[in-house]
Amino acid sequence: MRYSGFRVIREAVTGHKGWVPVWRDPEPQPSYDIVIVGGGGHGLATAHYLASRYGAARVAVIEKGWIGGGNVGRNTTIIRSNYMLDGNEPFYEMSLKLWEGLEQDLNYNAMVSQRGILNLCHSDGQRDAYRLRGNAMRLHGADAELLGPGEVRAMYPFLNFDDARFPIKGGLLQRRGGTVRHDAVAWGYARAADSRGVDIIQNCEVTGLRVEDGRVLGVDTSRGFIGAGKVGVAVAGNSSRVMAMAGLRLPIESHVLQAFVSEGLKPVLDGVITYGAGHFYVSQSDKGGLVFGGDIDGYNSYAQRGNLPTVEDVCEGGLSLMPMVGQARLLRMWGGIMDMSMDGSPIIDRTPVEGLYFNGGWCYGGFKATPASGLAFAHLLATDTPHETATAYRLDRFRNGRMIDEKGMGATPNLH
Amino acid sequence: MIIPHPLLGPRDAQEFTYLGDASMIQRPDGTAEGAEDALFNYVYMRDNPAGEHRELWYHEQGDRSWLVVTRNTVTHEITQVELARDVALALGCGA
Ligand SMILES: Cc1cc2nc3c(=O)[nH]c(=O)nc-3n(C[C@H](O)[C@H](O)[C@H](O)COP(=O)(O)OP(=O)(O)OC[C@H]3O[C@@H](n4cnc5c(N)ncnc54)[C@H](O)[C@@H]3O)c2cc1C
Repeated sequence: MRYSGFRVIREAVTGHKGWVPVWRDPEPQPSYDIVIVGGGGHGLATAHYLASRYGAARVAVIEKGWIGGGNVGRNTTIIRSNYMLDGNEPFYEMSLKLWEGLEQDLNYNAMVSQRGILNLCHSDGQRDAYRLRGNAMRLHGADAELLGPGEVRAMYPFLNFDDARFPIKGGLLQRRGGTVRHDAVAWGYARAADSRGVDIIQNCEVTGLRVEDGRVLGVDTSRGFIGAGKVGVAVAGNSSRVMAMAGLRLPIESHVLQAFVSEGLKPVLDGVITYGAGHFYVSQSDKGGLVFGGDIDGYNSYAQRGNLPTVEDVCEGGLSLMPMVGQARLLRMWGGIMDMSMDGSPIIDRTPVEGLYFNGGWCYGGFKATPASGLAFAHLLATDTPHETATAYRLDRFRNGRMIDEKGMGATPNLH
Repeated sequence: MIIPHPLLGPRDAQEFTYLGDASMIQRPDGTAEGAEDALFNYVYMRDNPAGEHRELWYHEQGDRSWLVVTRNTVTHEITQVELARDVALALGCGA
């Protein structure tokens, strides 16, 4: 069923009796050409692009819980392409372009809102670093503007400009950045993939990767064996667990990241702001809640919930940046499991096992990457060659010394 | 999280900084046969288990000792805490 304004009106006057389920609930078939493990944003986007751009026919997405129950439904919904390194920026800029056409491509309202993302700076050194980053972005065709304190003050007069320790000296603005409704991304991709015949199989946990003579044959699941010509794994925080089923170790640690929402407020913040002196980022949802977050908790975790010191730290960051948030009450908070890689950048590559492909290491920034990750992974699965924007995301780059370390932190996953 | 420090008793995890998998105590010999492979695995590759994990915590805001904490990564329950020094000596490291 195509969605349109006309359809909404027609349903409104006929008692909303014409809506149908958005995707099917199929039984798994005995085998597929391509099985994608993980029904998060990346797995579903991969299925959509496989079916729509690469003409793949027999494709299934296998999800242990419900689609959208993982990080795709837990993140703070920020999209941007403000990366600096050559290995990253073209990929994230392609992602932003895909976001810009996503709703037309999927015929689904994902509430893509290019409300602008502003990274604040608080020292001369930080401003220089932002100028460098902004120039790198523009060289790759992305937009970036360096703002002075006066321009920032005109946009957000309520910020703590004259703090003695961390005065606001300006910021790097990417106007095309913004937010997207995260659940709608999962649902939109699922609906589009399903409409092209992709089987989305929920409540089906992959419990083993069947490998014989170095070649993958399919996946063992809680609903039986499913054969596959190729298997693409996109399970975010569970990457190490699933790849261990094929005997592979990864340059990844799993860490918990928390997110927070305040009670609903009148509109106060029309863009996304990140604090440069502490780790804190905030936007306001259309329901009125301030959506914010900060650092990962910092220790290995699969718990999908964090600890109080991080809650305190994030709230302190928020208070020091915009003191008025002290008036608001915290309504909800939750955690998700990040696949933190050793250089802070992702992996989209083949593996030593023939027919087994890996997509992971997204750290806390994989939501914005969803469309590009799906397209690049689909390209790899369909053609066995990396997508032109994802040639640096190799699994063996750590061995070869070709790390993509935006922050220059080295092999310390909890600091990226 | 509360970490039961072997010398100081229960301490708030906030006083500590985290390094990662305790296998990092056993740094491979950089001059040995196959060192390149061993160091690559040492620096970059991790088991990253869901469940019991032995890991290094540094008591930065306390007595500056390194601890080996055995913690469940699914429940965050801590079942054992040792001084990393003792662990390293028992392994014959740091001689
Ligand atoms: C609190 C928080 C805030 C974030 N904020 C941002 C942000 O503002 N901007 C941004 O760009 N990114 C952000 N991220 C990161 C982003 O959400 C993730 O990088 C991205 O969603 C990961 O890809 P995914 O959507 O495919 O993951 P997921 O949605 O986690 O999908 C993986 C799926 O695999 C399934 N799975 C796992 N194991 C198995 C198995 N054995 N069998 C079958 N299925 C399995 C899981 O159930 C899950 O549904 C944030 C993350 C969190 C947690």
